Amino acid sequence: MEVRTNNAPVRARPKVAVFKFASCDGCQLSLLDCEDELLAVAEAIQIAYFPEATRAVIDGPYDISLIEGSITTLHDAERIHEIRKQTKTLITIGACATAGGIQALRNYSNVNEFVNVVYAHPEYISTLRTSTPISDHVKVDFELNGCPINKAQLIELISATLNNRRPLIKAHSVCIECKSRGTTCVMVSKGEACLGPVTHAGCNALCPSYHRGCFGCYGPNETPNTASIAERFSILGLTSAEITRLFRLFTTESEAFRDESRKHANGS
Amino acid sequence: MPMEAKDSRTIQVDYLARVEGEGALYIKVKDGQVEDAKLNIFEPPRFFEAFLRGRSFREVPDITARICGICPIAYQMGSAQAMETACGVAVNGQLRDLRHLIYCGEWIESHALHVFMLHAPDFMGYQDAITMAKDHPEVVNMGLRLKKAGNEIMNLLGGREIHPINVKVGGFYRLPEISEMEALKAELEWAKEASIKTLQFCAGLDIPDFQRDYELVAMRHPEEYAILSGRIVSNKGIDIAIEDFLEHFEEFHVPQSTSLHAGVKERGPYLVGPMARYNLNFDRLSGEIQELALANGLEETCFNPFKSILIRSVELIHACDTAIAVCDRYLGPGNAYVDVEPVDGEGAGCTEAPRGICWHHYAIGSDGLVKSARIIPPTSQNQPSMELDMRHFVQENLHLPDDELQWQCEQGIRNYDPCISCSCHFLKLNIERS
Repeated sequence: MEVRTNNAPVRARPKVAVFKFASCDGCQLSLLDCEDELLAVAEAIQIAYFPEATRAVIDGPYDISLIEGSITTLHDAERIHEIRKQTKTLITIGACATAGGIQALRNYSNVNEFVNVVYAHPEYISTLRTSTPISDHVKVDFELNGCPINKAQLIELISATLNNRRPLIKAHSVCIECKSRGTTCVMVSKGEACLGPVTHAGCNALCPSYHRGCFGCYGPNETPNTASIAERFSILGLTSAEITRLFRLFTTESEAFRDESRKHANGS
Repeated sequence: MPMEAKDSRTIQVDYLARVEGEGALYIKVKDGQVEDAKLNIFEPPRFFEAFLRGRSFREVPDITARICGICPIAYQMGSAQAMETACGVAVNGQLRDLRHLIYCGEWIESHALHVFMLHAPDFMGYQDAITMAKDHPEVVNMGLRLKKAGNEIMNLLGGREIHPINVKVGGFYRLPEISEMEALKAELEWAKEASIKTLQFCAGLDIPDFQRDYELVAMRHPEEYAILSGRIVSNKGIDIAIEDFLEHFEEFHVPQSTSLHAGVKERGPYLVGPMARYNLNFDRLSGEIQELALANGLEETCFNPFKSILIRSVELIHACDTAIAVCDRYLGPGNAYVDVEPVDGEGAGCTEAPRGICWHHYAIGSDGLVKSARIIPPTSQNQPSMELDMRHFVQENLHLPDDELQWQCEQGIRNYDPCISCSCHFLKLNIERS
């Protein structure tokens, strides 16, 4: 669609939609948390669907769909296919959408028992046995990691997509971020278990700067050596159960963390 | 245009906007009487209480934060407090002061988000704050900066605004430097003035006339406008310690919701949140804030939920005052936490989340592993009250055309600033007139 002003062709503002699946709303809130950029971003795009922010709805197709949350119901498993059909560039935002989220801890248990623990009338609840990332269901064009995502990375990603360039988002580890900001290593200096060496960058090594070990909010980095870090944890005195728990948090359905956790789950 | 039978209709909103999470509203009117008003909550359940079992008690605040991206501090504080109680530890003095401060940060960012981005557009007749910003840029920009001031507290004390990483069972991982607190204080002084302007702005809004007889439930503290601690009280006689909550309140499961409802035993629906706090704790606000409230559209009590936008503004001023006072008292980083060693036991935690009391209870073993968890968020407590509001509001406003009535119903739900992801264990809108 083209709108002409002063005889020059001007592209219509791209239509952006925000969809929610099983999640805490924190990642889409990141967009509203861009207090300084929000109104400028809203000028550059057309917010076509974003129920947390607006009553107005514009029908698809959409240039960009931002997907928050994981797939946990049959209805949602069908809904994501409809969204894919309506979407040019589909971007998943956050640990739930990219790696199942904390609710994927059910994948290691019996979900019927979970329903019984929480609800008096299990028959009112319909849920899938597993919580799975969006990429298990449809083709995803870009995954933005984090629990929650980093809002500066989100703005960069939207801007890169609108301008047809690659986003400047590094896939190295939190460990590299720590070194570049000059934070003392919490594992070396204090013997704290830290997932920094195997965790995807994006938080600017936040936890070590607050004197605690990384607990993996951004999921595995590009080539994580999880076996080596697990061995190191063992030397630090962590039990198998503790090592399992460390890998089983917000990104437990990422392949690297899931497989490593399984190696330790039966010992203790 | 087709003629419509005036006394029978359905009002239906399939996906409520400008609330956090997924819900709908369905109202059925037959022969001039509201027959049914249901808040459907279809947010998929995530089963926190189930998978918390077997986790270390020290991990729990990091996990419960993930219940809600807007009010993670409520879930971190409630669980940390419950664990400390279970282990026989109290966190006092400067550490409690700093917890108060980060909680004020959450109140400011959450209330500013709701007042300006989610609720004000209803009163001003806009679909959203972004469209509203085209006509009223100064209002929206002030709201965004105020929200950012709250988030700056979250960033300093918590490390980041969503899912902070610095709250720990026993205190914090790292305490701020005095210079960092001074920088914060400067912005908070602006925020206080902006909050007063917010109240004055909200006092000028056209507020629907509606009121109902509510049982209001909030925490009450001997000196403070309770946020972090106190007893649970109501305007109908409840006055209990937090650990006795389940003796007086019950949760029940209804088909239309993945969020459990709650009621006062043998009495039924009650309301938590800003309006409850204001009515029960007006005397705990400072003289200056009381005067500002009374000069700007409020009385000492309020039973019109549409005025909650005014009360949130009053609470914004209070949160800024409290935060500034903590900055003034701060002596610099000492011990960041008190040691907490696990013992076989149980404990309750309860704090005032921006949306109302948020109750936690855990049992842990001497190995530090969680044996059981129970979390009762504010929005699930408010569901029956929201449905009753809709029933009464629609009955009193049947003369309105469908589209106007539907919008006002949505506004009526947004009075509660419902946080649906939280309450799921937790929203969908339909109004049917047949």
